[in-house]
Amino acid sequence: MNIHEYQAKQLFADAGVAVPNGTVAQSEQEFDQALSGLPDGKAIVVKAQIHAGGRGKGTFKDGYQGGVHVVSSPDEALEKAKAMLGNVLVTKQTGEEGKEVRTVYFNEATDIEKEYYLAVLMDRATSKPVIIASTEGGMDIEEVAESTPEKILKVLVDPTLGLRPYQARQIAFGLELSGDSFKQCVKLVTKLYDFFWSKDCSQVEVNPLVTTPSGDVLALDAKVNFDANALFRHPDVVELRDLTEEDPKEVEASKFDLNYIALDGNVACMVNGAGLAMATMDIIKHYGGSPANFLDVGGGATEEQVENAFRILVSDDAVKAILVNIFGGIMKCDVIATGIVNAARKLEMKVPLVVRLEGTNVEQGKQILADSGLSLEPADSLAEAAEKIVQLAAQS
Amino acid sequence: MSVLVNKDTRLVVQGITGSAGSFHTTQCMEYGTNVVAGVTPGKGGQKFQDSVPVFDTVREAVDKEGANVAAIYVPPPFAGDSILEAIDAEIPLIIAITEGIPVRDMAEVKARLDASNSRLIGPNCPGIITPGECKIGIMPGYIHKPGKVGIVSRSGTLTYEAVWQITCAGHGQSTCIGIGGDPINGTSHLDAVRLFNEDPETEAIILIGEIGGSAEEEAAAFIKDNVDKPCAAFIAGRTAPPGRRMGHAGAIVSGGKGTAEAKVEALLDAGISVAETPSHIAEALFKIWNP
Repeated sequence: MNIHEYQAKQLFADAGVAVPNGTVAQSEQEFDQALSGLPDGKAIVVKAQIHAGGRGKGTFKDGYQGGVHVVSSPDEALEKAKAMLGNVLVTKQTGEEGKEVRTVYFNEATDIEKEYYLAVLMDRATSKPVIIASTEGGMDIEEVAESTPEKILKVLVDPTLGLRPYQARQIAFGLELSGDSFKQCVKLVTKLYDFFWSKDCSQVEVNPLVTTPSGDVLALDAKVNFDANALFRHPDVVELRDLTEEDPKEVEASKFDLNYIALDGNVACMVNGAGLAMATMDIIKHYGGSPANFLDVGGGATEEQVENAFRILVSDDAVKAILVNIFGGIMKCDVIATGIVNAARKLEMKVPLVVRLEGTNVEQGKQILADSGLSLEPADSLAEAAEKIVQLAAQS
Repeated sequence: MSVLVNKDTRLVVQGITGSAGSFHTTQCMEYGTNVVAGVTPGKGGQKFQDSVPVFDTVREAVDKEGANVAAIYVPPPFAGDSILEAIDAEIPLIIAITEGIPVRDMAEVKARLDASNSRLIGPNCPGIITPGECKIGIMPGYIHKPGKVGIVSRSGTLTYEAVWQITCAGHGQSTCIGIGGDPINGTSHLDAVRLFNEDPETEAIILIGEIGGSAEEEAAAFIKDNVDKPCAAFIAGRTAPPGRRMGHAGAIVSGGKGTAEAKVEALLDAGISVAETPSHIAEALFKIWNP
């Protein structure tokens, strides 16, 4: 689960990780109050809040340039904020449809001495949390890792021991800090790791981490992702979820415990199991089609779930055909078949449907489909089903 | 012959009285799995199906019934603790079926596991089956047939797809191991390939992978240098968009790493026969293996 930068910085502040002063506004009426919350006479950073990176270099749909601006007065900040709020920002990460800016974040500008990079994430290769730091802050860290790997500092943390003081010092020494900055950095790294661990984050990234001319160490940006499996432990985090940032079909699917991801093709698919669902997308592509979605109905889907899955699939106007691919194990084919028949009748489906059933009670399932009188195409193998559906999508 | 489980396996089921645990344990018993005990804290003294003793702790199941394999169907908030309990009771083989265990819990489990003599399979997996002898997990038993193909996979239903293709072609499986779709798991593709390579009765190997991580590449490197048995493979997720988690917590392409293309390339480089589609997994194997 992702959250906004302003939410991440609030969590940082609560956890004792130093961040610049900031205020937010979600309507024009809130601009004045938000701006009056910042110290007088200091420069202000105005930041559009969307769940995507590359905001500074983004362009708004009306041609306005940049989702991040540094200005010298509240009047200028107001002008920038008005231009951003309600406008749609397109960045390299949003896709061409962009995202509407519903929140503007004002930060007290920070005098920067030097920029650094700092992140904590779970390292798959070692199954341990790893802290990554670099003196090359404010840049694309993957490029830094590629071109100058010696400038990437990695410290693995034993999950049963937690971060030890010498490890936090390793980071601060590695960043070549001294004096008060060294002490502040050790403290910040320690607090950041505690936050990562206690809130079940999958990744926490600060780019840039900065030092100021007076020696202070601050997190100037904040990107936080949470482990979806652990949200049951963190109701406070769940409250930060911004549904307007997610695809409406994905939000709807999540209400019914359906694992759905919208894609931009025209062949919809409904599959049981994540691996088989991915493989089904792949085989649609292999036969020249383009998948409209990933949809895993899980191992024990009910009739109601199947019906809702269909409703979500047909609500996508781009969908020209639907492929159902079920390998019944726990899930019985006759149950799935009944669900399909009921859903097809209720929803008066207008797009062609190919159904491939295999596994437990497959004969009963096929019989139910054949007896239904619905115009659907049965298929025996996945390859046959994929070939058929791609043809049908091309014709309709 | 087979790897890890067989007719001599003595299984204890953790979470045996829960809905998933009781349903699947019944199925496994019908298949012929030797279930010797169950564990549900607070329900010690009961009998499951009027025959299997239920204990409060895994330690009791080991001491009183000689359990040597544990299956875990405990809900995700408590499953990490259940695995730790099984490790503590020195169970040599632990199979965690549970989907949705927090990554943090698995990081702690993995650290304990590394310091123990236990092997973990899963979590978030269909389990393990040696056809005709022992089924532990949620896979449909009847699609399997005793035979000579060892199968290792990160996915459940995609494994059934491969198993069914082999069975329909008149052949069978030595053992099928579902290693699970989570980013942190107990047994890797490489571990499973090693076991199959050493098993005299396994004549050919099928490896099913998906996007995310580098486990398939590591197995490919091992196969290239050490395995003479015919190997076929399939990788799911060629069409998955970068940065999105495709159902499985571990199925994600991040920072250009873990792509299907990179995995396929590594497998081909190791001389493995890679299936173009999930419908052609058996065919890919039979191209290079003539049983």
